[in-house]
Amino acid sequence: MSASGLSEAAIGRRAEAAVSRAPGPLVRCEALTVRFVGREGAVHAVNGVDFTLDAGEVLCIVGESGAGKSVTLRAMMRLLPDHRTQIAGRITVGGKNVLALGRRALGDLRGAEVAMVFQEPMTAFDPVFTIGTQIIETVKRHDGLSEHAARQRALELLEMVQIPSPARRLDSYPHEMSGGMRQRAMIALALSCRPRLLLADEPTTALDATVQIQILQLLRRLQRELDMAVLFVTHDLGVAVEISDRIAVMYAGRFVETGSVRAVIRAPQHPYTQGLLASTVHGAMRGRRLEAIPGAPPNLAALPPGCAFAPRCRYVETACTTAVPPEVWLDDARMARCIRVTPGQSE
Amino acid sequence: MSADTLLEVRNLKRYFPIRGGLLQRQVATVQAVDDISFDVRRGETLGIVGESGCGKSTTARLLIRLLEPDDGTVAFDGRAVATSDGIPVRELRRHVQMVFQDSYSSLNPRCSVEDTIAYGPSVHGLAWEAAKARVREILAKVGLDPALFAARYPHELSGGQRQRVNIARALALEPKLLVLDEPVSALDKSVEAQVLNLLVDLKRDLALTYVFISHDLNVVQYMSDRVLVMYLGKVVEYGPVESIYANPRHPYTRALLGAMPSMDPDRRGEHATLTGDPPNPINPPPGCRFHTRCPYAEPCCAAAEPRLAADASVSAHYTACHMLVPGSGHSAAPRIAA
Repeated sequence: MSASGLSEAAIGRRAEAAVSRAPGPLVRCEALTVRFVGREGAVHAVNGVDFTLDAGEVLCIVGESGAGKSVTLRAMMRLLPDHRTQIAGRITVGGKNVLALGRRALGDLRGAEVAMVFQEPMTAFDPVFTIGTQIIETVKRHDGLSEHAARQRALELLEMVQIPSPARRLDSYPHEMSGGMRQRAMIALALSCRPRLLLADEPTTALDATVQIQILQLLRRLQRELDMAVLFVTHDLGVAVEISDRIAVMYAGRFVETGSVRAVIRAPQHPYTQGLLASTVHGAMRGRRLEAIPGAPPNLAALPPGCAFAPRCRYVETACTTAVPPEVWLDDARMARCIRVTPGQSE
Repeated sequence: MSADTLLEVRNLKRYFPIRGGLLQRQVATVQAVDDISFDVRRGETLGIVGESGCGKSTTARLLIRLLEPDDGTVAFDGRAVATSDGIPVRELRRHVQMVFQDSYSSLNPRCSVEDTIAYGPSVHGLAWEAAKARVREILAKVGLDPALFAARYPHELSGGQRQRVNIARALALEPKLLVLDEPVSALDKSVEAQVLNLLVDLKRDLALTYVFISHDLNVVQYMSDRVLVMYLGKVVEYGPVESIYANPRHPYTRALLGAMPSMDPDRRGEHATLTGDPPNPINPPPGCRFHTRCPYAEPCCAAAEPRLAADASVSAHYTACHMLVPGSGHSAAPRIAA
C-alpha cells in the first residue's frame, strides 16, 4: 500500500486518468456571473469571474463575507438552487461543460471528478447514518464496488486522513466525533472517488487553532500525493498563505487581484488587498493604530456603477466611479483590477 | 489586596451537571472552570486565550454574575460580590458590563438602538429623557451618527455597526470594567480593525479596564497588557504579554503560538505542534489536564496536578507545569539546590 493509503487498483486507475487528461488547464471559468432572483429584486453575487486552474494546483479565493467566494465555488459543481439562480458564463472541468450537463452526467461529475469539503461537517454529514455508511454509499455509486470492497476502501480512506482506530470510527455517527475528527472524515468522504478537483469552502474556519493547522497540513500533503487541483475559499489571509500556490482576492463578486502567493502578500497592487493586509492584526503592531479600511462591503443588490471598492478607497478619482476598471495584467500570472496599475509594471 | 487591583478572583469554580436517563440523574460533570485565581489591575487589559471548551466564556459570565459560581470569590474594588458585607450584584453590574460575540442575538430585535442603550440607565434610576440624551452622547462616541442610527432596529445594521451598538449599550452605565467576550470574532477583517481601534480609543478616553477574551492570539497580543492562557478549565500560564509571547513556558502555550499561521509563504509550518483535538471537558484527564497531548508528559504529570508557580527570571510570570518545579519528579525539572 502507498503512503496515502490507496490500494494498488486505485493507483492504477489514477495513472489511467492521468494519461487521458486533456492538455491545458483542468478548470476553465469564463465570464461567470451568478444572480439570485427574489421578490425584492436581484442580488448580484458574482459579476464576471475568469480564471483557469491547472491540474495539481492550489488556488485560494480570499475575501470577506458576501464577496461571492462560496457562490463561485458552488457554481463549479452546480450546487446552487436552480429555480432562483441565474448563472451565465462558461465553466469547464476536464473538458466537460459543467453548466450544460444533464442530471445524470452531473451526478457522475459530482463526487467522482469534483468533490467538496464544507465549513461545517456537522451539517454536511447526514446525522442518521454512520460515517462508514456514507463513505461506502459514495464509493459504491461511483466505482461500482461490492459492499465488502467498499468497506475496505472506506477503512483505507480513514487511515489516509489519520483518524485513530479507523475500524471503530467507521461505525461512529457524526455527533460522536470531535470537530477536527469530523472534518477529517469529511475529507475522506470527499476524496473517496479520487476527484481531480477538490473544492474546499472554509474547511478550517470552525476549528480551533491547534486543529486548524493539522487539517491544513493534511490537505496540503494529500493534495501533493494525489496530485489534485484545489480551489480553496477562505476569509483568512494567514490560512491562504499556508495552503495556496496562487491567491485570488475577491470583492463584490469580482476578482480584484490575482497572482502567486508571494507576489500578492509581498507586493499587493489593488488598494483593497493593501488595506486587507494592513488591517490584519499581528503582534508587531502593538501600540500602533491599525490602518482600518473605512466603511463596509457594498450591498450586492445595489452595486455602484464603477469599481465596487471606490466608496472605501483612499485613492478614488472620477474615472473609478464611471466604469468597472478592466483587468490589468502585470505579467502572465499577475492581475489587478485598478486603474492606478499600469500593465507590465510588475516588481 | 493591593490598591491597583480592580477585580480579584480567587479559587473560582463552576461545574455543570450532565443529566441523562429516564430519571434525569446526574451522569457526568463538565468542569468548565476549575479553581482559577487571577487579578485584573486598574487600567489594564487582561487577555484570556484558549481553545473552545477551555472555560473562557464561562469565566466571563462568572465575573459579571450571569452564572453563580459553585465555589470561590470575586471581589470588585475590594468588596466581595454578593456577600452580606460586600457589593450587591445589581451594583456590580453598574460597574462591570459585558460585550458578547454574537452581536445579533445579543440585541433585542424589537428594540430600536435608542431603546436598547437607554434601557440600562433607566433601570438604574435615570429619567427616560436624560437616558435618551446619554444615548446620543454615547452613539457619537462609538462612531455612529445619532441622527441616523438612534431610531434603527438591529436588522437594519451591519455586523460592525451592531457590535458598536453593543459596545455603546455596555458603556451606557459608565462602567469601570468591560468584559469583552470575543468582540471581533464574528466581524470581517476590514471591520475588525475598525472595532479594535474604537476599543483602544474608548479605553484611553474613558479610563476603562478590559478583560478581553479571544481565541485569536494576534488580536490578544495587540490588545492586552497581561495574558491568561486557559486549558480545560484551568489556568496554565499567566503573565505580561511580552514575556508570554517571547518566552512561553508551558508546552501548551508554545503549541498554541506555534499553530499561528506565519503569513510568510516561505515559512509554512511542516509539522503540527500538537496532534488530536482538545479533550472533552466532561471528566477531564487527571493530574495535568494537558498531559494527554503533551509531548513531554511523564508519569508524574498524570499523577499530580501542577500548581501555578512564579518564574524566577521574570516577575509575575506564572506557569503550571511540572517541568519547571524542582522536585516534581519530572526528568526535565530543575534540581533542588542542596
